[in-house]
Amino acid sequence: MNSLWALTLATLVKDIRLEWRSKDALNAMLFFSLQVVVIFVFSFDPLAEESRHIVGGLVWIAFLFAAVVALNQTWARELRNQVLDAYRVSPAPANALFLAKVLGNFLFVVVLQGLMVPLFVVFYNLRALGPAWQLIPIALLGTWALVVNGTFFAAMSLRTRSREIMLPLLLFPISIPAVIAMVAGTTAVLTGENSAHFYIVLLLTYDVVFTTASLGLFETVLHAE
Amino acid sequence: MNVSSPAGVSVIHVQDVVKRFGRFAALRGVSAEFDAGRFHAILGDNGAGKTTLLRTIAGLAQPTEGKVSIFGKSPAEACRDLGYMAHPSLLYDEMSGMENLRYFARLYEIAGDAKCEEAIRAVRLDPSLTRGVGQYSQGMRQRMSLARAILHDPKILLLDEPFSNVDVHSAREMVGLLKGMRDGGKTIFVVTHQALLLDGVADEFVWMESGRIVDRTASAVRATQGSVP
Repeated sequence: MNSLWALTLATLVKDIRLEWRSKDALNAMLFFSLQVVVIFVFSFDPLAEESRHIVGGLVWIAFLFAAVVALNQTWARELRNQVLDAYRVSPAPANALFLAKVLGNFLFVVVLQGLMVPLFVVFYNLRALGPAWQLIPIALLGTWALVVNGTFFAAMSLRTRSREIMLPLLLFPISIPAVIAMVAGTTAVLTGENSAHFYIVLLLTYDVVFTTASLGLFETVLHAE
Repeated sequence: MNVSSPAGVSVIHVQDVVKRFGRFAALRGVSAEFDAGRFHAILGDNGAGKTTLLRTIAGLAQPTEGKVSIFGKSPAEACRDLGYMAHPSLLYDEMSGMENLRYFARLYEIAGDAKCEEAIRAVRLDPSLTRGVGQYSQGMRQRMSLARAILHDPKILLLDEPFSNVDVHSAREMVGLLKGMRDGGKTIFVVTHQALLLDGVADEFVWMESGRIVDRTASAVRATQGSVP
């Protein structure tokens, strides 16, 4: 177990170092999200009340598409020079690699959210009418839902010919329950019309189920030819 | 065709291995035993099945039929005894050689920098080089890749085209390194098209054609054909 976490940490540090040097994923995610904000702001100019109803959807769509960019990058660097084979021939546990990739992607998307959320607040003149603290578990659990499935399906589509297209095709349908919970939960907090408690529990359940399933299946995916 | 090694203790048993990719059979019933402490050069034309055989021994490709055992264990169980070097470098271009080896050392639960420095020095590179591996020359990258393969001191080295895209001087230098490792007791497999480089160095030349081992000779020149690929 110690070895699993030590190796997860070593792989995570390696991925952060590689991202810091290349900035492939962060730059792509940031520009994509900025474009979404700017396009929506110029496309329609909603009142504050309307914004509360639609911004949950806008925010999560922006993050979902931006996360796909990061998810493709995270495995692409393992394919360059076939570095993944060096991991496959080693005695290292497959799940250490998976957990490190999930944690890395989670970190990158959270950083992106930290940068983009203030822009959404300013441009859409947002103020939560419900308990604002509930946005934190919704954001964290929702982001985990996106990256855990995304990392798993990105690994699955690694050996396919058109993996950039395969990932959204696999990821989006299975993420529908989580996306609905994220959007509805965020809207519930912003409008204060109903409680987000149900959506938080739904996201938590979704995360537990899909994290467990992914950890159980990843070794097979890693060693698939 | 079961072709045995002439003498010694065999460490790798390949038994009736068939490997199919869809309808294409890359290996067609390969059976062979390979001895410890010897230098085996695997030769053959493109598509003969050399790389597939090496990847099957490394555990990167699962046989469709048959089995491979290393010291009586499966390749996955024997992974600590195997060092694998492929045609690509298996290194992160953005990280220095030392940073790469530090990470790969963790995969084998090797702590500290001593083993990494030792492996880099063993291939005659400088552990203090700070530039990314992507900026190394091809010869340096190949040697760093070899350093990664020997980092955990494996008993068996599986090397796929280690001399490709490197100049003659670098290739000869690598052959010298491998000879030293063989003399140190390691079992070495080299897949190559440059048989002449290994003449007088390799103990055995394993000839493959159309997914089968067709001959095993002591020199790079086959008596049956009298040619060097």
